[in-house]
Amino acid sequence: MKQKKFSLATVHIVLIVLSLIFVSPLLWMVTTAIKPIEETMTATPTLLPSKFLWDNFPKAVTYGSKELGYIPFLLYARNTLMVTLLCVAGSVCSNAVVAYAFARLRWPGRDAFFAVTLATMMVPFPVLMVPTFGLFKWLGWVGSFRPLWVPAFFGSAFSIFLLRQFFRTIPMELSEAAKIDGCSEVRIFTDVLLPLAKPALAVVALFTFMGTWNDFMGPMIYLSDQETFTLSLGLQAYQSQHGGTQWNLLMAAATVVILPVIVVFFFAQKMFIQGIATSGLKG
Amino acid sequence: MKSEARIAYLFAMPWILGFLTFLLYPVLASFFYSFTDFSVLRPPRFIGLENYKEMVQDEVFWMTIRNTFTYVVAAVPLSATVAILLAMLLNTKVKGLAFYRTLFYVPSLVPMVALGILWLWIFNGEHGLLNMSLEKLGMSNPPNWLGDPAWSKVTLVMIAMWGSGNAMVIYLAGLQDIPQSLYEAADLDGARLAAKTRHVTLPMLSPVILFNVIMGMIGALQVFAVPYVMFPNGAPARSTYFFTTYLFDNAFRFQRMGYASAMGWVLFLITLTLTFVALRMSERQVHYDRS
Repeated sequence: MKQKKFSLATVHIVLIVLSLIFVSPLLWMVTTAIKPIEETMTATPTLLPSKFLWDNFPKAVTYGSKELGYIPFLLYARNTLMVTLLCVAGSVCSNAVVAYAFARLRWPGRDAFFAVTLATMMVPFPVLMVPTFGLFKWLGWVGSFRPLWVPAFFGSAFSIFLLRQFFRTIPMELSEAAKIDGCSEVRIFTDVLLPLAKPALAVVALFTFMGTWNDFMGPMIYLSDQETFTLSLGLQAYQSQHGGTQWNLLMAAATVVILPVIVVFFFAQKMFIQGIATSGLKG
Repeated sequence: MKSEARIAYLFAMPWILGFLTFLLYPVLASFFYSFTDFSVLRPPRFIGLENYKEMVQDEVFWMTIRNTFTYVVAAVPLSATVAILLAMLLNTKVKGLAFYRTLFYVPSLVPMVALGILWLWIFNGEHGLLNMSLEKLGMSNPPNWLGDPAWSKVTLVMIAMWGSGNAMVIYLAGLQDIPQSLYEAADLDGARLAAKTRHVTLPMLSPVILFNVIMGMIGALQVFAVPYVMFPNGAPARSTYFFTTYLFDNAFRFQRMGYASAMGWVLFLITLTLTFVALRMSERQVHYDRS
């Protein structure tokens, strides 16, 4: 018994040390963000700033400060938010409908097509990159946001898989009872299945939100006009132009880009963890 | 019955269209493009196997292959090890599990670009947190993480390890699925922790490990955003110039879309081969519950 207590204490100590290692880069980012510029450059840097310059945040993100060419942060935030919300809406609608067909309806070719759908997760994005770009160029969409959000309305293999697994756990008897009551297939979907699937839909919405908010390659391929940049792209442009000088402001900008993701995560933590866990286990 | 199928096709329609437009068409088209000379300005011109022949002799291509494989071989097993160890630590019925799990997970939420910029600052040779700490610990001449070709890949592997929280969550869920009765049986046999890990935990976790390692490998083969942000043009000395970066440059900087498509197909084949090898090699090691 005594030995057990001792080993639990060891586990705690190891966990505390490890979590410090995992969190310290982020803490260092935040403390740098509120430091005066001189304190980021001293020979013996301090952990905490001598005075807390909360001002650095608005400074880093205000549009059009001429001296340093700050990123027009609010504009980029609006662009990113717009693309992200459209993707979330598209992905929730399309994947729910498609997963319903795979999970609850019988049609010729269903299982073979589902196997193919799963296999597509193996296709590396770089293979698709050139023809997809060609397609959007042909449509005249390059330079607009459309290449970034329109595909979300056509489903994605991963989310279809996730939702299908969920729909299959709901007893078929529910659908059959509704059918006897005279419900059409569409009504069964909207009135019976969808309300039950809210947690799974939320997971899909969350994953889509994170994926789109963090996306870098997509915006880099399709957006060239500075006015249309997303946060990731703007942050990268800012860093490649002014990096290595104003570390405090750069860290402030990075903090603001990271913050929404972390806030969303904290509010939806339980759902998120469950979603990730199931996604990895039943593959 | 027939009407059910008709409605089903309607329900499945978004994905049928999406699959045809955003997967099947691009895969087939890039296969065709890989045999052509093709820039955005000129239509594709068929040149047979020229792109592939050129690739064999392209030194930059081979360099990106070496860089990418080195990265995959180091980053995938190391981050899997970190993830499994963290998950096992959290599976000890320790108090505050949710709290620790959050702390380990949060780094994998950070957007790639912000992550790259954050690490530029941490690894900064003069004012960075890491070297400052190393100096305090008595290391007189800490490595030049960002400027020395011998260390740049180590830097990226360490970043990958820092982001293993996502896999950790999956492993933890897998560990929690292992029936407690197996451990009780092992206890009766007088098994120590090492024996239990080797004969119960790892075999029971092996399907999850296989799945995660394969997904991790596919991801690591496509490593792009973080090195792109942290090491412009694969600096120092092209030690961080990776396969996907070169492919991207060919497609969008050098306007060589045919060559980029050929590279894409090579990446596809590498991915398929490695996955197949992983599945084959693990056949006897992976334990599937037959129930």
